[in-house]
Amino acid sequence: MPVPDTFAPGTPVRVRTLMPPGHVRTPAYLRGKTGAVERVLGPFANPEQLAYGHPAQALPLYRVRFRLGEVWPDSQTPNDTIDAEIYAHWLEPL
Amino acid sequence: MPHDHPHHSHEGMSPSGHPYRADQDGPLTYWQVMEIAIRELMIAKGVVTEAEVARQIEAMDARSPAQGAAVVARAWVDPDFRDRLLTDASAAATEMGFDIGPLKLIAVENTDTVHNVVVCTLCSCYPRNLLGLPPDWYKSRAYRSRTVREPRRVLAEFGVTLSDDTTVRVHDSTADMRYVVIPARPAGTETMDEAALAALVTRDSMIGVGLARMPG
Amino acid sequence: MTAGEAFAGKRWHDMGGELAGPVPDADHDFALWEKRVDALVMLANMKGIFTVDGLRRVLEDMGEDAFETLGYYERWVGSLNQNLLEQGIYSVAELADKMAEVEARGTTYGTASDAGA
Repeated sequence: MPVPDTFAPGTPVRVRTLMPPGHVRTPAYLRGKTGAVERVLGPFANPEQLAYGHPAQALPLYRVRFRLGEVWPDSQTPNDTIDAEIYAHWLEPL
Repeated sequence: MPHDHPHHSHEGMSPSGHPYRADQDGPLTYWQVMEIAIRELMIAKGVVTEAEVARQIEAMDARSPAQGAAVVARAWVDPDFRDRLLTDASAAATEMGFDIGPLKLIAVENTDTVHNVVVCTLCSCYPRNLLGLPPDWYKSRAYRSRTVREPRRVLAEFGVTLSDDTTVRVHDSTADMRYVVIPARPAGTETMDEAALAALVTRDSMIGVGLARMPG
Repeated sequence: MTAGEAFAGKRWHDMGGELAGPVPDADHDFALWEKRVDALVMLANMKGIFTVDGLRRVLEDMGEDAFETLGYYERWVGSLNQNLLEQGIYSVAELADKMAEVEARGTTYGTASDAGA
């Protein structure tokens, strides 16, 4: 699996909309949502490989900030935010 | 608070300094049988030793919200420490002598305009090596489900009401980092020393569902 | 809907954003057996036998019924066991013999556990 480009803080990113049946750490409620990289963490071993006892690829991990109004269009407080950690292969640039 | 019960780190006592629940004397359950069997097999196979298990429980019992409270109080009185805490919370906690192991900790600071709250929607990740094990409600379906959707309603249930000028920042612990909230220092605490300040810092305030206690 | 579609999509543990009732005001002191489960999981992790990811993967695969009907450390001990079996630390036959041995020791956790110490 190729490691995607590195995103600098502030970069707008979208969470991919994939829905595989195995172990992943990308919450469903964020898939397809757009946020901005808050900070770059990692690299960290890919949990999707670790979960099955396999050697794992090191991937950049990003803290991505989403507006509540982006995640929940009916939010009463759309400018509140959610930060979540998303591994690089789950993110695409806009 | 565990500070009131120093050195209750032996296996028979809980972190709150009380004996464990009556399970020890209750009817043996299937899952308890499995735990005993697994533990004895792991020891027999040389994977772990009995002493390692005991030490692990001792270390667990030594960890409590009092550790986090001490870190927060230091940050309130020492601006340089606060900066180090915000830059690398794991290093700052270790600097204070807390054995937080490989925990990768991020501290997020409440201000006049920002209130932080921590949740794990996928399981129940928690900064356990600093604060001890999470409360049961943190692991509940309601907390995990709602905090990312209607954080202000959840906070209101905990008695925290925020003005519209304050931005709520929810932190979903989805991966390798763990989060601790630095609550805002209450007004009227200017003359208090670090130990007295630490007594104002509750577990809930470090999860973000509470505020630091007012003095007095 | 096809049979495949019935299984597709978000899994039960992925709870963020669901609607649910009030947050329960619940907490308890952990029992010794629960602490031991926690300790064994942490030690297995520290010794490189399996990671927290493996723990979570098995918990997730247990399904929603396990979340609703079993205690937190009941699920953990089940996942610990599954991971140790997968990693070949002991066999199912060894586990069966050991569990029978433990059960024969007594009817409380104290007697069954202390007898093996």
